[in-house]
Order: sequence, then C-alpha cells, then structure tokens
Amino acid sequence: MKMKGAEILINCLLEQGVDTIFGYPGGTVLDIYDALFRNGKINHILTAHEQGAAHAADGYARVTGKTGVCFATSGPGATNLVTGIATAYMDSVPMVAITGNVGLNFLGRDSFQEIDICGITMPITKHNFIVKDVKDLADTVRKAFYLAGSGRKGPVLIDILKNVQTDECEYTPAEPAHYKPLPVSKEKMTPVAEAIAASRRPIIMAGGGIISSEASPLLKQLCESQDCPAVYTLMGKGCIPDDDRHCLGMIGMHGTVAAAKALMRADTVIALGTRFSDRVALNRDMFAKDKTVIHIDIDNAEIDKNVRSDIHVMGDLHEALETLLPMLGKTNRAEWLDEVNVYKGEEKVKKDTNFLAYKIISTASELAPGDIPVVTDVGQHQMWTAQYFRVNRPRLFCSSGGLGTMGYGMGAAIGACFGSGKPAVLITGDGCFNMNMNELSTAVTQGTPIAILLMDNGVLGMVRQWQKIFYGRRFSQTTLHKKTDYVKFAESFGAKGLRIESEKDVRPVLKEAFGYIAAGKGPVLVDCRISEDENVLPMIKPGMTYDTQLTKMEEN
Amino acid sequence: MAEYRKDPKKNTIAALVSNRSGVLTRISGLFARRGYNIESLSVCATEDPDISRMTIVLIGDEYMLYQMIKQMDKLDDVKKIGCADELDCVYRELLLVKVPATPDVRGQVVEIKEIYKAKVVDLSPDTMVLELTGTPSKLDAFLKVIEPYGIIEMQRTGVTVLARGRHTLKDRDCYNDNI
Repeated sequence: MKMKGAEILINCLLEQGVDTIFGYPGGTVLDIYDALFRNGKINHILTAHEQGAAHAADGYARVTGKTGVCFATSGPGATNLVTGIATAYMDSVPMVAITGNVGLNFLGRDSFQEIDICGITMPITKHNFIVKDVKDLADTVRKAFYLAGSGRKGPVLIDILKNVQTDECEYTPAEPAHYKPLPVSKEKMTPVAEAIAASRRPIIMAGGGIISSEASPLLKQLCESQDCPAVYTLMGKGCIPDDDRHCLGMIGMHGTVAAAKALMRADTVIALGTRFSDRVALNRDMFAKDKTVIHIDIDNAEIDKNVRSDIHVMGDLHEALETLLPMLGKTNRAEWLDEVNVYKGEEKVKKDTNFLAYKIISTASELAPGDIPVVTDVGQHQMWTAQYFRVNRPRLFCSSGGLGTMGYGMGAAIGACFGSGKPAVLITGDGCFNMNMNELSTAVTQGTPIAILLMDNGVLGMVRQWQKIFYGRRFSQTTLHKKTDYVKFAESFGAKGLRIESEKDVRPVLKEAFGYIAAGKGPVLVDCRISEDENVLPMIKPGMTYDTQLTKMEEN
Repeated sequence: MAEYRKDPKKNTIAALVSNRSGVLTRISGLFARRGYNIESLSVCATEDPDISRMTIVLIGDEYMLYQMIKQMDKLDDVKKIGCADELDCVYRELLLVKVPATPDVRGQVVEIKEIYKAKVVDLSPDTMVLELTGTPSKLDAFLKVIEPYGIIEMQRTGVTVLARGRHTLKDRDCYNDNI
C-alpha cells in the first residue's frame, strides 16, 4: 500500500506495539503529528518541555521493560532531548527518540531550526540514523527498535527529514523482530560454578542487568540454593526484594554498613550485570583485590574495564543463570549467613528528631500503596530513598544512576505512571524539582496520580554535604533559600499541595497524599520541610576503600 | 589473574565497517571520547561495496587496546574487528615525498632512492617526488636518510594490513554474534 512517510512511521510504531509516546510538536514534525492525529491509535502525552518527554519515555521503559518512545521537532526540540537521551544511555534504558529535521533541500544550509542532532547524539546513543529517503524509513524504524531493545539496551535516535515525511512509498507491514538472547553454554559457566562451589563466603553484587534481563527469580534461586547474601547497586534496586533475608541493601559510596562489611569479609564476589562504576568500586584498583571476582555481563567492554575479574562470562544474565543453576548443588553456608545477619543487625540509623527525611521516607515506604513505582531525582533524597524505601519487585525503582540527572524525576514519574498504569511516588529535592517543575502541569493535565515528596531543605544538600566534608564549609552557591511557597505553587498548577513541617505531620499528611493518588485524583505535592544539615550516611569518600566507610560526619 | 601489559606500544587494529557516511566520525569520536589518540588511520572501500576496511594504529598499553577493540566491536557499523599484531600479517604503507632536486643534489637523491627501491614519480627542474612502499619502519629509515636534503612536503597513507595465509578478518566472530 502506498503511504506518506509520516503514515509509514506511525504504522511502524504500531508494528512495534507502541501504545504511548511522549513528545512535543513543531515545524518539522507537523506531518508526523498529523498522521498521529488521523491514526488515533497511539496515546500521545504532550509534555511541557522536550526534556520531560525524554525522561518520561525513560520512566515508561524502566517500569515496563518495553522501549520508550519520544518525539521532538528539529533544532531546539531535538537538543532539549539530549539530557534525557544521555540519562537513558548511561543507565542502559531502551528508548527510541524520533526527531524531525528540515527537508533535503535545506539540509546543510543552516536553515531555521536545523541542527545536526545525529552528530550531537553520537556519543550518547547506541546508534542513530538520519533518514533522507522515504524508502529507507520503515526498515530504519524497525532496526532502531531492535537495536534499542537488544544486547545491552539503550537509546537510538532517528532523525527524519521533512521531505521523507511527505514523500510516498510502498508500505508492507512486518512482524517485529524480537530479540532473543543467545543461550550461555555450560562450558562457559563451568569455571563460575566451580568457583562458587569452592567459595566459603560468596557475595552476590547485583546490578541493573538483572532487571534488564528479567533474571530476578533466578537470582533469588541462586541466593537460596547457595545460602549466598546479595547486595545491589543503585541500578539493581528491586532486583532482589529489600525484605529478602539474603538482601543486605545497597553497595557503594552510600551503601549500607552490612553490605560493606559483608563485602570485605567475602572471599568471592559474584558480580551480575553491573559495571563497577566509580560510585560502587570507589578505588577500582583495590576493590575486591584479595577476592575471587566473577563477572557476568552482556557487554563485553565492561569486562575488565574498571575492575579486573578472575572469571568472566559475556552473556545475557537470564540465560547465564539458567545454565548455572542446575550446575550448582544445594550448598549450606549457614555460618556465613549468620555472620552477615549480625552485620545487618548492626545497621543503625541516626534516628534523632532532626533526621526528618528518614522518618518521611521510611514512613512513605510503609504507607505507599503496594507495588507502585518509586521515582527519585538526584542527590541526598535519592540516596535516602535507595537506603530507606523498601522496593520488593524489579521495575519499581526509577532513578538516574549513571548520569545523575537533576530534574529527571518529574518526567520519569509521569512515564512510570503511564507505563505501570498505577500511581507513582516521586521523591525529589527542592534543587532538582526547580529544574523541571514545569512538568507538574503535564501531570495535572493528564490527571497523573503522583505523590511528589519534595525534600525541601533550601539547599543543594548533596553538594553542601561535600562542601562540609571537603571544602571547609564554604557553601559556595549551594544555598537556595527560594521564597517559593510550594503548596501554593502546586495549587496554582491545579495540583493538591500539602506540607510536612515536623514529625507529627508525617503520618497523617502522607496518608492523605497516598489516599489522594490511590483515588486517582492527579498529582499531589507534599512540601517536606527538612533541615538543611541532614547528611547522607554511611559514606565512603571517592577513591577510598570499603574499610574506610564513615558512619558519622567527618568535616574538614 | 593475568595482568595487562602496561608499556605503551604501537598496536594495529583492523576492522570491516559499513561503507556509509558518518562511520568515520563514529569511530574517531570513540577514540577521542576515551582519550586515545589515533596514530594513523587508513580506510577505503573493499570488494564488497557495502563494506570498508579500516586499519588503525594506536599507541597505548594493552588495556587501551582491548578497550578500544571492545568498544568498537559494539558499534552497529563495525562488522568485524581484530588486533593484527596477534597474527602473522603483511604491513604496508605508501609514502610520497617531495625533495629538492637541483642538479647539484639530484644524483645523490637518485642514489638513495635506488638503494630503497623508491620510484621517481615526478621530476621538475628543481624538485622530485619519490614514491616508496614498504613497512612503516622502512619508510621511517628512508625518510631519515632523505631528510638532510630537505623535505618540501610529504604524505604517508598510514599502515594497511592483511593476514598471511587463508586467515581473513571475515572469519572472526564479533560482539553481535555473542549476545
């Protein structure tokens, strides 16, 4: 059937099972938006800014495991996607970003709103395409989805020239080429099985790869059959339930005491789908130096990139664990589990009245409707959420781990709501919220039920914490003290606004907020007035080793 | 645990890549991003019009070499890749060099080019363009001898490489065959 390029695009998106797109129209995507309108089968969420659309597509992808899709026009529309694409790239989130560009006649002439978005996004996409001929369009879209969702997942950008959208060509429907990871052979897994069998004190370090490959049930079996404790990285939060008896919480710069102690005591580290980022390995040369390191990852380039491994297997985690599990017998390591349980018991949180953020986040964890996504921005509140918000299922935690994008949360929470079909909790800080608070209007328009817990301390808490530790309390440009009344702000946008000023407010206000989102009434913002001097602890300073973990503040 | 060799040396990477615009940027960008310098790069179409072949020389330690190969291997446009130095290979490079050839030195220059089996490809009343093909070290040696006469301008193509015997780059498996 002969069709215009814009119609071919919409049909190809339908082939791929796309039901939701986040985006913003403009001059060079008018034909695409027209085709979208006339087709009527895809739900399009109009955001306030293209960055919000990219983060929403990211949040949607993280909670569903499907590829998130966003649209933007050429020039500034396309450049506004960049932070969102980079965020997805660093966290291996499958995304297809579609931008329009000027027609072939105008290309390369610095035309109005012309930008080389392929050039710009080259380092932050798995691949990108510029489509100059309508005949290439359908296959390019199909290939983009395949690339985004295969191997180590990630964002792919398609830049479609204006003339391609209006030119006609024959369209033949095709079945989507679903990625099926290759099995991992027994032969490859034998050294892994042998090393685990020989280990007396193994520890699993689980990363985002477990979630991407849907390997959580297998991870649980591995923990159980081997009596093996597990720690997770920020990206891995949810891959093993926080309530699981094998789970010791997060590892890394702000990881738990139990995780750090168990890691130091372990003789074998089983690293699954993790890349030993500097926030996890800290001192990469010293990390697990005296231990046997087993590394399984889908990305060959991650093997030995940051931390040297003794045994490595490249492959999909689900496939690798499926091969491994039958090779391992049931091993009793009760003594080792008892030992790590002691560390778990030692986990002490400063529970003085000043530490209101802990009370708010742990109470939110207790009161939030079950199994709904929790989204964070970046900074202190992010680490507190990782520490205190209990996540018991994969794909319920969305946070910008690799890029550390302040302003990620609002868009991502909208995407997480649409992806999960459930309300969401967004835990953010006043610094982050101010970056993309415009998207609150999107949530209101769409009636998206998000409980926004704004950890309002009037400062850039995490940077300030570093200024306390490393810069002699010289608080250069980290004091915000904005005059914004966030309750009124929320109300002016048409959202509900609530406030927590002291501990006694925590329970009733959170109950009200969660009741509001559970009833699907739209977004509610809770301005949580916390002290500017709350810190994230424990902490290991950058480049240091796990034995230097601080549990109280040490200032210079 | 085998350790990577830490001493920097010249490494030759050979790759088959898609023959389309942007591929070179993608690859050179990858090097720049990781902070590695390309010593030389030669690229041209092959017997298959969809495929170009690239030879890249990188000075660095073993970690750098393997990181680059693995990172390149992940690019959709890189079809096959390998480190040439691991195999028995033929290395060749072409040099064009313009030197002064006024009657007083012409004879001496011709004598040198005879020894190196270089060719005179252009002669003007006072200049001469010489062509020499060989291993990069042969070219280095030739340039050293010719340099005292003054090099007006020169161009080297960068090294190209093929494995000896039946082995081809096409036989290699690549990242996408393993996921």
